[in-house]
Amino acid sequence: MSKTPNDLRYTRSHEWARRETDGSITVGITDHAQGLLGDMVFVELPKVGAKVEAGKECGVVESVKAASDVYAPIAGEILAVNTAVSDTPESVNQDAYAAWMFRIKPRNAADVDALLDAKAYEALVAAEQH
Amino acid sequence: MRKKNNPPIKPCKDKTMGHRTPLYDKHVESGAKMVDFGGWDMPIHYGSQIEEHHQVRRDAGMFDVSHMVVSDLKGESVRDFLKLLVANNVDKLKTKGRALYTCMLNSKGGVIDDLIVYYMDDAWFRIVSNAATHDKDLAWMSAAAKEFGGVTVSERPELAMIAVQGPNAREKVYAALGENLRESAGKLKPFHSVTIGELMIATTGYTGEDGFEIILPAKAAVFTWQMLAEVGVKPIGLGARDTLRLEAGMNLYGSDMDETTTPLESGLTWTVAFEPKERKFIGRDVLEKQQAAGVPRQLLGLVLEDKGVLRNHMKVFSPQGEGEITSGSFSPTLNQSIALARLPAGVATGQRVEVDVRGKRLAARVVKYPFVRNGKSCLES
Repeated sequence: MSKTPNDLRYTRSHEWARRETDGSITVGITDHAQGLLGDMVFVELPKVGAKVEAGKECGVVESVKAASDVYAPIAGEILAVNTAVSDTPESVNQDAYAAWMFRIKPRNAADVDALLDAKAYEALVAAEQH
Repeated sequence: MRKKNNPPIKPCKDKTMGHRTPLYDKHVESGAKMVDFGGWDMPIHYGSQIEEHHQVRRDAGMFDVSHMVVSDLKGESVRDFLKLLVANNVDKLKTKGRALYTCMLNSKGGVIDDLIVYYMDDAWFRIVSNAATHDKDLAWMSAAAKEFGGVTVSERPELAMIAVQGPNAREKVYAALGENLRESAGKLKPFHSVTIGELMIATTGYTGEDGFEIILPAKAAVFTWQMLAEVGVKPIGLGARDTLRLEAGMNLYGSDMDETTTPLESGLTWTVAFEPKERKFIGRDVLEKQQAAGVPRQLLGLVLEDKGVLRNHMKVFSPQGEGEITSGSFSPTLNQSIALARLPAGVATGQRVEVDVRGKRLAARVVKYPFVRNGKSCLES
């Protein structure tokens, strides 16, 4: 069974988002997503300073099996990227919530609240499996 | 995160839909992720595809390949029939048990399927062919046999098939299934087989490693699988099977060749026996014409020099013209992306080409394949 931590927010496109104390939003892909994709072999991250729009692609993860876009959960500016993940793509499989990909400075601080909570995301995953 | 290129293998939505091999319950018990493959519910992996890949390269793994189709062709004139039915020449099979890899062509020289023929006895040859092409293969073979006369084609659905592959595969098979096998199966060179009681043990495979393919009664499959598991042979899914065969430079039917391509355009010229000239196998005249006119396309290997992953159907650009990737993936052994690609005549190994990888032009080197054999890289650095 895939994990869905309660303190995170989620997108319909299987990213997780966490509000940090400084107001920035950390983003990665969910455990369910890494399970679907299988062994990761390549991660492409956005550039620091890039402006991103909610629901627009800003990165790529590739497993042995398939390539998937990673979408920005909210609009804003990329503050930081986790190059440890692009150096060791398998870290996404080992712990999808530790393997954060990028951090966004949100355009509107409240945007993250509009994302799915853990319960709603789990319901979405359950619905996709049937 | 949306999937961009749908893999040919789809998750099975309806568990009641697909055919199941006798080992289905064992796969589920081992935590396999099951997918639909040519109408069969098969394991794609049991946790990590990459670990399973390394397991086969470094030790030994087992594959449930019971979905593959075993057909027995019988009749006094079966050898003469096969000399017409397939593009390779079964007269190369001089001793009982020998195996031959070949394509079965349509009258246009297109590949209906690739398969292995085993010489069992003078009036009995066995064919192992692909699951996804089951219906058309059987229809084609049966129609051809009817026209030829005196040959029967019978499917053997009561048989299962387990492939045990890897540098330690043979030793583990003896340990699991009996030391007495060492005497008979131990001496087998590649593409040979021996029948011991109800087991047929062949030195064929789809990984580029040593090992066996074992054809056995379906009712013995679970027991045999368990015995192999007990000596440390790990189950390997279809995912690793695909990366192993790609590294080994082995074609996949439906990706690297199909009815619209000839063996000459698919890296399979070595499997077509043009000698003797009087053997008029189906498709021969088309292949001869193509060869005389110059084969316009060829299958070559690619190694991606940039970061990323090559995938099926990506476009390849060369000074000689455009081509297409027929099988692209990530090579766990080489730790970079490799592919088979159909490229225009004239493209040569060592040359650099560009591949359209999701909108970006990335550099790739044209290489000879196999990429990996017996655990070692075949690439010249």
